[in-house]
Amino acid sequence: MLTTALLVTVMVNGESVQRFVEPRLSLADFLRRDLGLTGTHLGCEMGACGACLVSLNGSAVHSCLMLAVQADGLSVDTIEGLAESGFISDLQTAFHERNAMQCGFCTSGMLIAARECLAHGGVPSREEIRDALSGNYCRCTGYQSIVDAIETVAIARAEKEVGGPV
Amino acid sequence: MKCRGFRYCRVLTVEEAVESFVSCEGEARFLAGGQSLLPALNLRLSAPDLLIDISRVEGLRGITLEGSDLRIGALTRHVEVLHSPLVAEYAPLLARAARFVAHPAIRNLGTFGGSLALADPASEFPACVLALNAQIEIAGLSGRRRVAADDYFLGLYETALEPGEILTAVYIPAGRTWQRVCFDELSRRRGDYALAGLAAQATFRDGGEVLTALRLVFCALGSKPMRAQAAEAALLNTKVDAVAIEAAQHALSQDLSPDEAEDLSSAARLHLARVLLGRVAHALREGAC
Amino acid sequence: MSNASDIPFAKTTKYIGAALPRATAKRFLFGRGRYTDDIEVPRMLSAAFLRCPYAHARILAIDTTNARKFPGVHSILTGVDLARICRPWVGTLTHFAGMKSAPQLPLAMEKAVWSGHPIAIVIAETRAQAEDALEAIQVEFVELPAVVDALDGLNEHSALINEAAGDNLIYATQIEAGTIAQAFEDAEIVEADFIFGRHTAVTMEPRSILANFDPSTGRLDVHQSTQTPYQFQDVYARHFNLSEANVRVVAPDVGGSFGMKLHVYHEDMAVVGASIISGRPVKFTADRMESFASDIHARDHRVRARLAVSSEGILRGFDVDDVTGVGPFSTYPRTSVVEGNQVVRLIGAAYRVTDYRAALRVVAQNKNQMSQYRAVGHPVAFAVTEYLVDLAARKVGLDPFEIRRRNYLTQDMYPHTTATGYQIERLSLEICLEKLHEVMDYAAIVAEQERLRRTGVYRGIGIATYVEITNPSPAFYGVGGGHVSAQDGCILKVTQSGEIQCMISVTEQGQGTEAIIAQIVAEAVGTDIATVRVFTGDTDMTPAGGAAWACRGAGVGGETALQAGKKLKKRIVEVAGAILHCPAHHLTLVDGRIVDAQQHTRMTLRELAHLSYFRSDLLPAGRPAELTVAHHHGPSGFPFAFTNGIHGSLVEVDVETGIVKILKHWVVEDCGTVINPLLVEEQIRGGVVQGLGAALFEECRYSASGQLLNGSMADYLVPMACEMPDIEVYHVETPTRDTELGAKGCGEAGTAASSAAALNAVNNALSVFGASITQIPMTPERILRAIGAVG
Ligand SMILES: Cc1cc2nc3c(=O)[nH]c(=O)nc-3n(C[C@H](O)[C@H](O)[C@H](O)COP(=O)(O)OP(=O)(O)OC[C@H]3O[C@@H](n4cnc5c(N)ncnc54)[C@H](O)[C@@H]3O)c2cc1C
Ligand code: FES
Ligand code: FES
Repeated sequence: MLTTALLVTVMVNGESVQRFVEPRLSLADFLRRDLGLTGTHLGCEMGACGACLVSLNGSAVHSCLMLAVQADGLSVDTIEGLAESGFISDLQTAFHERNAMQCGFCTSGMLIAARECLAHGGVPSREEIRDALSGNYCRCTGYQSIVDAIETVAIARAEKEVGGPV
Repeated sequence: MKCRGFRYCRVLTVEEAVESFVSCEGEARFLAGGQSLLPALNLRLSAPDLLIDISRVEGLRGITLEGSDLRIGALTRHVEVLHSPLVAEYAPLLARAARFVAHPAIRNLGTFGGSLALADPASEFPACVLALNAQIEIAGLSGRRRVAADDYFLGLYETALEPGEILTAVYIPAGRTWQRVCFDELSRRRGDYALAGLAAQATFRDGGEVLTALRLVFCALGSKPMRAQAAEAALLNTKVDAVAIEAAQHALSQDLSPDEAEDLSSAARLHLARVLLGRVAHALREGAC
Repeated sequence: MSNASDIPFAKTTKYIGAALPRATAKRFLFGRGRYTDDIEVPRMLSAAFLRCPYAHARILAIDTTNARKFPGVHSILTGVDLARICRPWVGTLTHFAGMKSAPQLPLAMEKAVWSGHPIAIVIAETRAQAEDALEAIQVEFVELPAVVDALDGLNEHSALINEAAGDNLIYATQIEAGTIAQAFEDAEIVEADFIFGRHTAVTMEPRSILANFDPSTGRLDVHQSTQTPYQFQDVYARHFNLSEANVRVVAPDVGGSFGMKLHVYHEDMAVVGASIISGRPVKFTADRMESFASDIHARDHRVRARLAVSSEGILRGFDVDDVTGVGPFSTYPRTSVVEGNQVVRLIGAAYRVTDYRAALRVVAQNKNQMSQYRAVGHPVAFAVTEYLVDLAARKVGLDPFEIRRRNYLTQDMYPHTTATGYQIERLSLEICLEKLHEVMDYAAIVAEQERLRRTGVYRGIGIATYVEITNPSPAFYGVGGGHVSAQDGCILKVTQSGEIQCMISVTEQGQGTEAIIAQIVAEAVGTDIATVRVFTGDTDMTPAGGAAWACRGAGVGGETALQAGKKLKKRIVEVAGAILHCPAHHLTLVDGRIVDAQQHTRMTLRELAHLSYFRSDLLPAGRPAELTVAHHHGPSGFPFAFTNGIHGSLVEVDVETGIVKILKHWVVEDCGTVINPLLVEEQIRGGVVQGLGAALFEECRYSASGQLLNGSMADYLVPMACEMPDIEVYHVETPTRDTELGAKGCGEAGTAASSAAALNAVNNALSVFGASITQIPMTPERILRAIGAVG
């Protein structure tokens, strides 16, 4: 069915972008294909793997379960934007040091889920961290290294808050 | 796995939404959180001609106390149900159940109204709404009406919503201090749709010992949220002791006859429902929810 | 004074053995990985496939007239179009005597043989448009009776998948060693029937290929999510009749492979063919539904096995029958019989058993193809072995640790040849066993288990040994005519500023291959690891080699890099000697500095490179500085390197619901020289989780008519973070003496026995009910049935 393209304006990684998009275009394909932001991955296109997570107005959502037209007027941050802004540099460092990624395909989604998990401050338990990752599939790592990395950052951030070891 | 083509419009009022629906020549669908609709579109299981995006309709948001009812707007996100202080105080069953609904990112977009409009028999909220004896508010061409939860869930993905009608809000009788609620479910993995789930609301009298009112509603055990009235009867006016629980578990075969599904036989599903009933009944008695 | 370059690497500890993070992995943390689907090239088209909806069907007619008119459609090709340019492939190897398998073409011709078999390819401007057109293709089918169950397939009245073969038996073999009848005489006998479900790789990145044929030059450029680019260079050249030198295959970042991405798939061949026919770049990325329907599946065995044991707990003999269903044909180019072959050859490998009989039947079915996936055959072999060993222990009243102690191969027995003919250089079974006993705190968890049992909590403890095949020589495939390289090649070049570029044929899918190669090269050359850059996965750039399979990256690739590094070091000191007028054997390289016997820095590698490249006039006449070396290495000595180790698993079974919670998992492993413990441990953990997935969750379920029932990420249960335990990993090091490096492999050890350990743990928990389970995955229903809670 021929459907006319619509004009959307989306704030992507802090920059306003305007494009004509087909209504059926998913936000994920919009980011990947139209904007070349290929750090957002597709693993299932049905909300089950978490590879496609982006941050929408500050909370983690599946870009495979959203249309580009739905993002009109909203603000989307992808892994590229979050990484370049420096907001998650402690998470990136901890993931790297702990080797919390192998093939890297789940990594963007993991970082975005991790960021949300730690957004409210405090030091979540390992169970809580695992719970926050419950929608993020990783075939390579077995998860433990990812949990370790997030836990390390949570503790470090808490220590920084308090101004000394807790 | 890409959607078929469709047209898209975004509406800002309920009236506009209904208008667009009625004037659409082909098949129209409302789009709320999209967390069930988008997978279906991606899989080409569903192929509407027009998507009417209602997600920015102001009047459908918000959780408020209205008289003796808690009003939850249809567009309330699962995550808001999970964290709302009003829900925690007046409808704690929902807050408890929300933890079992999907994963964090889906809870960030999925809506309470969407869950009830879709009426997936495995979903948690439909069972809760039925257990809480809520009223569902529906808007259509001819204005608004309210339907009791008892009359709302009709069958597999089938509700009292007529084509073009919008679920606008849910009214839940605010919980009383003497009421006890419990939600529990069994699933293979965290966040999966349940193998068996149970929402319960109970009233105990006589110093909190004798059960005098009870609604038990199962999810994932039939074509819709399943009220278990035979089991309720077996527990009513008892102290919910071991004998009563066993009788209720036994009676459950009158309430439920689940089909074989996934890799579970109907016998195993009924067995799991009984186990869950035992656990929930125990928790209700102990007030340990 | 000793020459520093003669000091064996093992005594220097700078890089080999260091837990260094992977430098090249950083880009993933910035969203800068580059996977095949990320690549866009001008004039690129997207492909989608029409697939057979039936498990077995005759194709009478295909009508694409309407579909061709859809917007964006470039062309639609069917089987006949591609058969014109593609030579069929046959998944047999000659060392599997008598094996038969039907020739394959990119798209089904007269008959489709599994539900998902591609029938037509649409290429269009976008994937969405290609999918639109698929819906308008009309196919006339006649559904045929399907062979679904492997045993039914052997029935003489069964439908035939490959009519020309006359039956559905792809391959059969028997092994007899010693005197099995005697072994079972007067012995205690334990036996069981096992069912191992089908599961699949579910790599996070689906299969993806971008083929770009340039008709003006005959050049084919393929970017593909694969672990074996050279193999595909060979396949595309041979089957499409192209000059091999004109075929380039690049594996960019690969989002997991686990053996799944080294088989030839119909879609890949069709995409290459479509690019050749259209003269346009064509990309195909499987969506997840297509992955489940077409990525190889794994396992699918029914095993009946018996074990004879003396009353003192001495194992006397195994008797095994394995029937495995492998889908409609044998996979190319490695065959689908290796899995079964390893099952019947690995059973009992860790034990002193000389009496052995096994029979294997490999059967065709109308299901997706089954073939090599992480730990090929091992999980089945060790679940059977270790379950029976536990059963034997119970029968004769021994603790699981004790019976293993009494029966393991011991240090005085090496080299050892197993009953099935495997030659084993040296293992460390008894050392690993005692280490596991200690780290599990076995006595304490047993006491805790007993205490909890009295409160109605049912915990189970299970252990399982593995012996794993790594570093294979051509004995695996080459001897059977397979174009599968067992050797690797490495080029090292010193850059103009004295850094090192390493081009090596082993490949990276996240294991850390590039990281360990950099560590080895830096160590061997004697330079700073920050100046070493490793390149893999491009057939235009690196020498030809086997790439990633059978845990050979560290053992074979690592040795190749080590020897190349030593060669380069020798070259460097020769050049330095000529420049410095000093005998080369008085010089060595330390951290990128050329030092003499007194440890004085004479010049830096940077200075040497500068002179070599920009002032070659200053070098002695006739002695150009050849600062590029190449080295190839193929395994010699033992046909395979065997690793070993042991898993421990602690589970809690909810006996009311049948739901199992894994509380903790331990692995003591011996992969020889550990090049980077951080990476070895992560390989083990990831592998363990794949095995635990198989033990409890993962299963490709088929209907009686051969339809895959749960082919989506929502329905096929992969292990997720909440369900997986923390996993403790310990190392024992028994380097192989076949190489200087001494590394074996570790990629499959985690998967090899974790499901067996979980199986034993669940059975340990169920033993108080007199119940047992011998089928994986151990679903709630199966556990409830085992204990009789559901009739
Ligand atoms: C991987 C995954 C796991 C999930 N797990 C669970 C789970 O465990 N439990 C669970 O309950 N849910 C689960 N969900 C579903 C999720 O909760 C959905 O958000 C919810 O079912 C639908 O809400 P929505 O707002 O996203 O609706 P949409 O997807 O937007 O719409 C769903 C349907 O309802 C209609 N609709 C929506 N809103 C209205 C309205 N106000 N009036 C009339 N019609 C309306 C739409 O037209 C559509 O037909 C899961 C989803 C995914 C992708
Ligand atoms: S691609 Fe969006 S959740 Fe898998
Ligand atoms: S690192 Fe490969 S999927 Fe997570």
